[in-house]
Amino acid sequence: MPRTLTINGQEVSAGNEQTILEAARDANIRIPTLCHLDGLTDVGACRMCLVEVVGSNKLLPACTTRVQEGMEVHTDTERLRAYRRQIIELLFAERNHVCAVCVANGHCELQNLGIAVGMDHVRYDYLFPRLGVDLSHERFGMDHNRCILCTRCVRACDQLEGAHTIDVLGRGARSLIVRDMNIPWGESTTCTSCGKCVMACPTGALFKQGSTVAEMVHDVEKLAFLRAARERKVWNV
Amino acid sequence: MNLEELNATATNERLAQAKKNHHLHVCVGTACQALNSEQIAKALQTALRQQGRNGEAEVKCVGCPGLCSLGPLVEVASRVNGGPTQPANESPADANHRTAVLYQFVKPEDAEEIIAHLGGEPVKRLETPLDQPFFTRQTKVVLENCGKVDPERIEDYIAVGGYQALLKVLTEMTPQQVIDEITRSGLRGRGGAGFPTGLKWGTVAKADPNRYPTNVPEGIQSRKFVICNGDEGDPGAFMDRSVMEGDPHRILEGMAIAAYAVGANHGFIYVRAEYPLAVKRLRTAIRQAQRAGLLGNAIGGTAFSFNVEIRLGAGAFVCGEETALMASIEGGRGTPRPRPPFPAESGLWGCPTLINNVETLANVPPIILKGAEWFAGIGTEKSKGTKVFALTGQVKNTGLIEVPMGISLREIVFDIGGGIPDGKEFKAVQTGGPSGGCIPAQFLDMPVDYESLAKVGSIMGSGGMIVMDDSTDMIEVARFFMEFCMDESCGKCIPCRVGTVQMHRILTKIQEGKATTRDLQILEGLCDLVKHTSLCGLGQSAPNPVISTLRYFRDEYLSKVKPG
Repeated sequence: MPRTLTINGQEVSAGNEQTILEAARDANIRIPTLCHLDGLTDVGACRMCLVEVVGSNKLLPACTTRVQEGMEVHTDTERLRAYRRQIIELLFAERNHVCAVCVANGHCELQNLGIAVGMDHVRYDYLFPRLGVDLSHERFGMDHNRCILCTRCVRACDQLEGAHTIDVLGRGARSLIVRDMNIPWGESTTCTSCGKCVMACPTGALFKQGSTVAEMVHDVEKLAFLRAARERKVWNV
Repeated sequence: MNLEELNATATNERLAQAKKNHHLHVCVGTACQALNSEQIAKALQTALRQQGRNGEAEVKCVGCPGLCSLGPLVEVASRVNGGPTQPANESPADANHRTAVLYQFVKPEDAEEIIAHLGGEPVKRLETPLDQPFFTRQTKVVLENCGKVDPERIEDYIAVGGYQALLKVLTEMTPQQVIDEITRSGLRGRGGAGFPTGLKWGTVAKADPNRYPTNVPEGIQSRKFVICNGDEGDPGAFMDRSVMEGDPHRILEGMAIAAYAVGANHGFIYVRAEYPLAVKRLRTAIRQAQRAGLLGNAIGGTAFSFNVEIRLGAGAFVCGEETALMASIEGGRGTPRPRPPFPAESGLWGCPTLINNVETLANVPPIILKGAEWFAGIGTEKSKGTKVFALTGQVKNTGLIEVPMGISLREIVFDIGGGIPDGKEFKAVQTGGPSGGCIPAQFLDMPVDYESLAKVGSIMGSGGMIVMDDSTDMIEVARFFMEFCMDESCGKCIPCRVGTVQMHRILTKIQEGKATTRDLQILEGLCDLVKHTSLCGLGQSAPNPVISTLRYFRDEYLSKVKPG
């Protein structure tokens, strides 16, 4: 049964299993996201898609909150804009995101969001952690300095490739994306070198070797296509 | 074991205990055990043998009687006029036909002297009065057996009425009646948030196990689960540990009653691995209860079956958060997930799951036995019953206390706690651990209940209560808790992962005298962000120590920042 709700004052109809994010996209209302990727399950981690719902005293992540009849959603209030900018600034301060020398410059979701939220400076102290670059794989590389720990690569590897080579080590600010039991990527015995993690990465953290500044374009749409094609059993004979 | 057999066991145990004139209770909780209390128990036994008095006295290792700062503690309960007594069932205060003496700072060398004085004058140099406010101002419900029963003997628990509530529920009540009774009692979750327990039970009972996709491992028959949250992690808090160590059977009984009420046949106790003694005693208790037919299949001869397993936490604070805890039980990384769906609808392996704190479950058996009205008669209008607190910090009597809801902070700190030592002044009390706030002296007469604590910017929390004197640097307190949250953040959501690091950095800058008023503004902005945008309770409450100290001790901050 379809549901009717309002998003930013606009009446929207949605399927009863749809999330606020999906309903908003169908109605051409953009809600910023980072950890969401079409084709992967949502984890509600980046908090960029938080929206205000009238009657709820908490902000709700649009990616994991299902629509309800008569819901009144606001996605672009001054308060939300301020929070989003703070979150983006926190990310830029957390690791060494130097766009000018980054392979993903110009094709980076973090950079695009920085522009979208109007980040002209970062109010927080840069933390400048010392993090390495893993170039042990013959075709791909991982630069932890650019990683925002969105876990899109973890989910792509697990849910689309079924390898679950990638996971998170440690916790908090010391979290690190690792392969197998924290071994160099090139030595991983479970990695199929499919490259789905590289496709899923929103920043320059995962890249094809040989790409230089601004050359790394992530093929994120392909993952959603893969997922949809499998669900529709396109390749079954 | 059915009701008749249970009653027979209780009677036999009481008779056996009544044969002894003197009962020596040695605290073997973690704190006293660290001070060699097991050696004391052995020395007492040796002394009994040497003085030829083992016929008239018995030595019993018991859980925490509360006054940890005076440990190791030995309580001697003696019969004066003869006649059968129920030694384990009475509190020292109302022992009218018995005398009880409490010895403090006992050493193994004192054993011979203690035994020699049995039946005569107590050993004056070791005695501490039992009529001091620390004991007389408390109301023990959850802790009534702690310090009285041997946690490693199921018979001792049965002798004081243990498992009566479970058999009553199984034989006389429907699940709905159990839920109604808990609802009418007004019991609220003791883990911190204070969610009405009856309502939670009712939701799980009504939840459809087929509503969400489930993925239960083979070998587990249940499609609903009961989890006891024993992942107590707040710095300075040891309420749940003491209950698990001192009265483990009561938790199992509470869980079994909950399982019957919601329709679950499998339960988990999630305990941190840092509590080895609690784990050991819970394991023993589970084994004993299974052997006695009080856990497992056909409990008490009824059709109800309930199995309990222990899961050890690997040390992450965030695993006390219910969704992270369940992820951990499932074998995944202990990280929280957004709610809804709430665990009551889709929890462990996607099944409806009831998750209650240790103290909440420990309240259940007495509510069933004494009735909802009795329980609702304790406490305030919205906060019923008692609350266990771990009283620590700059206060004379530190230890474990249980007080009725609505008691004032002043009574806790100055009567039960005995006030501030070394002639110093009271400054603040911190409740709720890293999720709570600091309450200044102006609110000392405020009643301790869920609503009042929230109103002044703190929380009830699980029960940590840290008293601070006037030499305490409040910014350092805030920085300590922020460092804790920063280290314990799971790293899943950005505001908590990075926000806590930045807040800790600014607090450090303030302490080093390098901060400006602009930093203070940024700090307040971060408090707002992290509180309102974090994924789980850890992040949402992480700024509380900073917010509350900024609110009540702003001068201290202002005196340390430069204009700019």
